[in-house]
Amino acid sequence: MPPLFPERASTIAARVDALYFFLLAIAIFFGLLIAGLIVYYAVKFHRRSPSAVGARIHGGMVLEVTWTVVPLLITMVIFVWGASVYFAMAHPPDETLNIYVVGKQWMWKFQHLDGQREINELHVPVGRAVKLITTSEDVIHDFFVPAFRVKADVLPGRYVTIWFQPTRPGRYQLFCAEYCGTRHSGMIGEVVVMEPNEYETWLSGGAAEGSLASAGAKLFQDLACNTCHRPDAQGRGPMLEGLFGKTVTLQSGETVTVDEAYVRESILTPSAKITAGFQPIMPTFQGLVTEEQLLALIEYVKSLQAQPQVTAK
Amino acid sequence: MSTVLLPPRHYLNDGYGVRSWLLTRDHKRIALLYLAGVTFFFFIGGAMAVLIRLELATPPGDLVTDETYNKLFTMHGVMMVFFFLIPVIPSVLGNFLVPIMIGAKDLAFPKINLLSWYIYVVGGLFTLYALISGGLDTGWTFYTPFSTVASTTNVIPAALGIFITGFSSILTGLNFIVTIHRMRAPGMTWFRMPLFLWSTYATSLINVLGTPVIAITILLVAAERVFHFGFFNPAVGGDPVLFQHLFWFYSHPAVYIMVLPAMGVVSELVAAGCRKPVFGYSFVAFASLAIAVLGFLVWGHHMFVAGESVYSALIFSILSFLVAIPSAVKVFNWTATMYQGAVSWETPMLYAYGFIGLFTIGGLTGLFLAAIGVDVHVTDTYFIIAHFHYIMVGGTIMGYLGGLHYWWPKMSGRLYNEGLAKLSAGIIFIGFNLTFFPQFVVGYLGMPRRYHAYPPEFQVLNVLSSAGASILGVGYLIPMVYLMWSLRYGRLAGSNPWGAVGLEWTTSSPPPTENFTETPRVTWDAYEYPASVETDVA
Repeated sequence: MPPLFPERASTIAARVDALYFFLLAIAIFFGLLIAGLIVYYAVKFHRRSPSAVGARIHGGMVLEVTWTVVPLLITMVIFVWGASVYFAMAHPPDETLNIYVVGKQWMWKFQHLDGQREINELHVPVGRAVKLITTSEDVIHDFFVPAFRVKADVLPGRYVTIWFQPTRPGRYQLFCAEYCGTRHSGMIGEVVVMEPNEYETWLSGGAAEGSLASAGAKLFQDLACNTCHRPDAQGRGPMLEGLFGKTVTLQSGETVTVDEAYVRESILTPSAKITAGFQPIMPTFQGLVTEEQLLALIEYVKSLQAQPQVTAK
Repeated sequence: MSTVLLPPRHYLNDGYGVRSWLLTRDHKRIALLYLAGVTFFFFIGGAMAVLIRLELATPPGDLVTDETYNKLFTMHGVMMVFFFLIPVIPSVLGNFLVPIMIGAKDLAFPKINLLSWYIYVVGGLFTLYALISGGLDTGWTFYTPFSTVASTTNVIPAALGIFITGFSSILTGLNFIVTIHRMRAPGMTWFRMPLFLWSTYATSLINVLGTPVIAITILLVAAERVFHFGFFNPAVGGDPVLFQHLFWFYSHPAVYIMVLPAMGVVSELVAAGCRKPVFGYSFVAFASLAIAVLGFLVWGHHMFVAGESVYSALIFSILSFLVAIPSAVKVFNWTATMYQGAVSWETPMLYAYGFIGLFTIGGLTGLFLAAIGVDVHVTDTYFIIAHFHYIMVGGTIMGYLGGLHYWWPKMSGRLYNEGLAKLSAGIIFIGFNLTFFPQFVVGYLGMPRRYHAYPPEFQVLNVLSSAGASILGVGYLIPMVYLMWSLRYGRLAGSNPWGAVGLEWTTSSPPPTENFTETPRVTWDAYEYPASVETDVA
């Protein structure tokens, strides 16, 4: 006998299933009510003679109000319940293990902060909240792990975050759930949930290239970003130290929070949002850096916040 | 029992040549032209469904290549949605019935009505060309940037086909709106109209207001594909999700374009099948308008996982629950109508039972999808596929077939074989449930939609589904046979074989070209039955 119900391997899975069972109960109740009434009436009031007609009943206000208000109340309960589960899905806890994800036709690429890269396989420790920062190189993909009950479209040109907290070690299917072309059904993989000590061992196994931030630091130099973005506030571009997560004022007077999306935009379309007090002189890096290099640069900018004095020389 | 004779003069013997059909302005003949068109596209779309289910009988992709599979589900969706489900009830039953039900001689604009059919055919030919000359692999949803940048298939011809056929929807909608406003017979007030007209009216409003949006969207896709404008492609400054907003702003209301007319048909079937007024007439009528209006405000529920902000998701979620209420009200009213009725077990009523049951399941599973926390898990899986097939096939097609069987004696003047008709209604009901119910289960298990190959643990449920599809296919073929057979050999129907009330049953079967020998005067409400009725079946 094949399974009829997916396994539960994340903290949110039980909450999704609880609401699902409530909905099933509602659906079965009303489904049986309607089907039962139809069968009962069809038999009880079956037309006995060819000339028979039904009673002249035109309606009833009490019934109309009842079957408008009762379903309305039930659906509002479902709405609030569904929204609260969704709120939990949408808001990761403060402390998360961050991993970058790049989708492309037709594979998943994972970039750990410590430097490991994986394709179509993602290793994570059990019991820790994992936050994925995802983007796509080409068309829309969708990161879907049924056992975790998480799913989100992975969009080109944007960073979408997904989070989950695995509760059981094991291997779980990963699907692309947004149709993305010829080999869409081959864009699958596995999430490997490991015990924390095994995960540490795995983590120290690869990482020949150093951390993602250090790869970003090297790129920062190779692309000569450091000639303008200097650590001493004397550069022609804004100082990046301590910038990530802050709010900056733009020339237009608007403010913007420095997040992954803003850093990305500033690299690819520098003139879009110029910080107040600076000239629009930065060239675009559109086409010069890959999505993965962008992630390394973002991670480097983030790391400048943690250690404001350390800069690439 | 009186002897039934064909009327000496009726719309079918008013000219026999090809010209008398292809240049007709008679709404009844145009309805039959549409009947030929939608049936043709239904069987093309159905053939593709057969191939899809054959491929999915085994987990690996072994029957057709992945490229072919993607084209199959794309063309299945395009054919079924744009060339069958959207036009089917308004264009066939609506065209035939709207003027007769209000006591008019024809629609307000008979020539435009014929033009609508030609536009539909030209749009269909474009799409057929796209199919034959290599196919299309974007999914019927045309999501960007895949459709504008990545796909190498016939996006432009298929999109043009849909663009063109949209004008047919707009013109038909306009024709119905004007006709219902301006051409009602003396005494036929709004609240004396059969409920089919209320739902046709609501559908026409959506057609007129929504279809231009999909037309614009298609033009933007074509412009980005041909001229590389950056509307949707983020690499040149576009926003891929903008496309989804525009697409669903039409395509969610389009779901109601498909199901509202079927609801109207079911109101007629239930009233005639119980020989009593529809319970809560005005609630059922206004529920149609409420659905049409609210239907325009829920498109965002297709995008809960598409990077939508938390607060817009909440708004779209609550609005989606609200649009469920008028549908529930209708189901309760139909069921209540049966109470103390003279309830028939004839074929049209069997389809009405089927519709109410399947639509209820479709509607209730819609609640799962409006609840965002559950939608995140089940969207883009087979749960969605099952849900919308319960609405569109279990709802729209059951309603259409019920209506076709109910009005067939009026359209053709003859009766079909009731035993075969009941048998095929049963086969369709069983085949449908066996096809689509397992898909709810496999969807919650996590099987994504549009997968050419799938993990082996999903196989049992997929085999059930494929087996159901073969039963369903047989169920759809049988009516083709006995309905065609009845055209020549069926018993004569007489003007009112069901003992139903309604203006269409007061004129001969088939009706004369001008519908009524003299303009009717209406002094009664819809579904007002006398103390007993006579049927004039031979």
